[in-house]
Amino acid sequence: MSARSLIVALLAVLTMAAASDPSERLPDPAQEARARTLFREVRCLVCQNESIDDSDSELAGDLRRVVREQVAAGRSDGQVKAFLTDRYGPYVLLKPAFDVANAALWLTPILAVLAGLALLMARWRRRDGARPLDTDEETRLAALLDDEAP
Amino acid sequence: MTAELGAFALVLALALSLAQAVLGFAGVRRPALAGAGEGAAAAAFIGVAGAFAAVVTAFVTSDFSLANVAAHSHTAKPLLYKVSAAWGSHEGSMLFWCMILTGYGAAVAVFGRGLPARLKSRVLGVQGLLGVLFLAYTVFASNPLARLAEVPVEGRSLNPLLQDPALAFHPPMLYLGYVGFSVVFSFAVAALIEGRVDAAWARWVRPWTLAAWSMLTLGITLGAFWAYYELGWGGWWGWDPVENASFMPWLVGTALLHSAIVTEKRGALSGWTVFLALAAFTFSMLGAFLVRSGVLTSVHAFAVDPSRGVLLLSILGLSSGAAFSLFAWRAPALSPGGVFAPASRESLIVINNILLTAATATVLLGTLYPLITEAFGTTTSVGAPYFNLTFVPLLCLALLVLPLGPLTAWKRGDIAGAADRLKIAAGLAVLGGVAAFGIVSPRKALASAGLALGFWLIAGSLAEVVERVRAFRAPWPEVRRRLTGLPRGAWGMTLAHAGMGVMVLGACFETSWKVEAAEALPVGGQLRLGAYELTLKDVGTIDGTNYLAERGQVTVTRGGRTVCAMTPERRFYPAGRQNTSEVALCNRGLDQVYVVLGERRAGPAGEPAWLVRGYFNPWVQLIFLGPVLMALGGLLSLSDRRLRFAVGKTA
Repeated sequence: MSARSLIVALLAVLTMAAASDPSERLPDPAQEARARTLFREVRCLVCQNESIDDSDSELAGDLRRVVREQVAAGRSDGQVKAFLTDRYGPYVLLKPAFDVANAALWLTPILAVLAGLALLMARWRRRDGARPLDTDEETRLAALLDDEAP
Repeated sequence: MTAELGAFALVLALALSLAQAVLGFAGVRRPALAGAGEGAAAAAFIGVAGAFAAVVTAFVTSDFSLANVAAHSHTAKPLLYKVSAAWGSHEGSMLFWCMILTGYGAAVAVFGRGLPARLKSRVLGVQGLLGVLFLAYTVFASNPLARLAEVPVEGRSLNPLLQDPALAFHPPMLYLGYVGFSVVFSFAVAALIEGRVDAAWARWVRPWTLAAWSMLTLGITLGAFWAYYELGWGGWWGWDPVENASFMPWLVGTALLHSAIVTEKRGALSGWTVFLALAAFTFSMLGAFLVRSGVLTSVHAFAVDPSRGVLLLSILGLSSGAAFSLFAWRAPALSPGGVFAPASRESLIVINNILLTAATATVLLGTLYPLITEAFGTTTSVGAPYFNLTFVPLLCLALLVLPLGPLTAWKRGDIAGAADRLKIAAGLAVLGGVAAFGIVSPRKALASAGLALGFWLIAGSLAEVVERVRAFRAPWPEVRRRLTGLPRGAWGMTLAHAGMGVMVLGACFETSWKVEAAEALPVGGQLRLGAYELTLKDVGTIDGTNYLAERGQVTVTRGGRTVCAMTPERRFYPAGRQNTSEVALCNRGLDQVYVVLGERRAGPAGEPAWLVRGYFNPWVQLIFLGPVLMALGGLLSLSDRRLRFAVGKTA
């Protein structure tokens, strides 16, 4: 294979952080940085679990262009995300929205910890069952025993 | 012929595993049969090893009459990748799984001399049943030794991304870990059948857990390192479903490692320890299913086959379903064990377990959530941002509490006292965090706090050793006597905990302060990367063993002094018509400079130019060094005389 045909063969090579390509960059570094942060939260819809920041697929490139245009036009992060979900559905965001539909997803970590702590506290209390009776309980016990006596 | 012998050995191993199961359970009452069961366990391993040797031979000799070899090998492939391709496919990797499963069974049979006869017999029986399930799957649904009717002249070759030295080590280590939990699973089922889980049982389970956990730690670390330098794999950790699948057994295994100590030393938490022992291998099997069934989209998907995924799911359902049913039936009768106060090492270990379990639940839910929502008609993505917001805080909490544990006494401890003894460590950690905040630019508060957490773990682990040997308080001869007297298990724990701190330092530093630069460079062009300058000296073509490549000559200079000459490549593999990119790494102490040669395009004046990407990854080596220290800590504990496999004086 000649060097030329090798170059042709290599044209479609996959690359990492495709978004760092200087030909795509926004002139304003602050806007570019914001766009890059957004890219990491947007899924490349045709890829195997990659963000559009990583993927060099054509669709990822298009989505990056859309996001950069919106950022350059002064839209907020929320507006950009809303624009994407309106077009592609919630699937396009790698971070699911905090809403009622996703309540189970976002609340499970904290609920799991609380459930564990409740079990631990129950375990601590069990020790209390083995402690000697206090005076109040002694009198109640005595009263019960008296009742049973003939 | 070798293949037929191998196939025969594999079927024989299936029969032997069945014999092992039957003899193991029958041997509980008749010792003579138990001995035969042990023999069957050893022989089953030899059978699977023979079949595996036949597969390797077929790959090395490029025997394309085997479907598996034809699909995954090529005559021009280097020998290392011919050998490692033996476990690079679905069929081969399942055979490898079976070899390790039966290998662990044989290890229990051979090294478990000190085990009570009945427990050992039952453990081998359960391990035999697992062997039957997985070997039957391999023989009937995934046979790596199946012949092709029409023999191709050339193979289709292995996916070039897998043609990497890491393939030789990453899967074997990972599988030693995954499948190592099968022994723990068998011990748990055997104990549930006996209806007795006590300190002695926990002492027998701990070394197997430690061995599996250490191997899994190394396996995951190798995988993370591989994903770090392989382009398109999302870096060293990307919360990809396949990564999560390997991480869940690790998290459960870590919880088990700690709860088993409570069961051993204090006789408490026995039900919980058994539950975790069952869960660890369940997550291993879940991982095998998720990775191979293709139900989730992953950058690491390989050997995907949905139809066989159903079978794997059935094996998982059958074995774990039976085990957890047994647990539900028998667990209420288990002794609850010793009581402990809120301020005690038991409580701190339980808190560690709560956080690790919640973290596992989070990873599990996040991984499966896309599937769950799909069943309800919407599709949701759950990616890295979710895990960073949920898992990371849980882990940070666990790590914050960690150094208190070893300094708090069993049963009724003094947390304030432990905190008091950690004053200096806490001071050092805060100092480290403040220094990072002041020195490292750009200034990042959260990342500096993360570094402080790493320093806290390292200093806190060392503080415990200082405390134990009474350093700075007792005269030197006594300190030395105490130092040499410390058991290896104690050193192992210190090393593992400090290793976690090392990993936290690397992860925080690399993630927060990595520097990226990319430019289309003509030959002679320069790219500024933090304190470094990258110069593209030349680009040439080379003819590799089974690929062609464009190779860039990139020199890295710092302040005018050359520190590295690097050769990133873009490769083309004609066999599969696939491209890969070989990144070049330059070690700079704890940091690395990472260079990628990208596509060729026209430069500003129309001259040829190449897209060169450079990354400065500060402290990245610590990300991999930390877990290696953790695994070494595990292995060091394993070498402790008190924790040898099946050593036990009392029952």
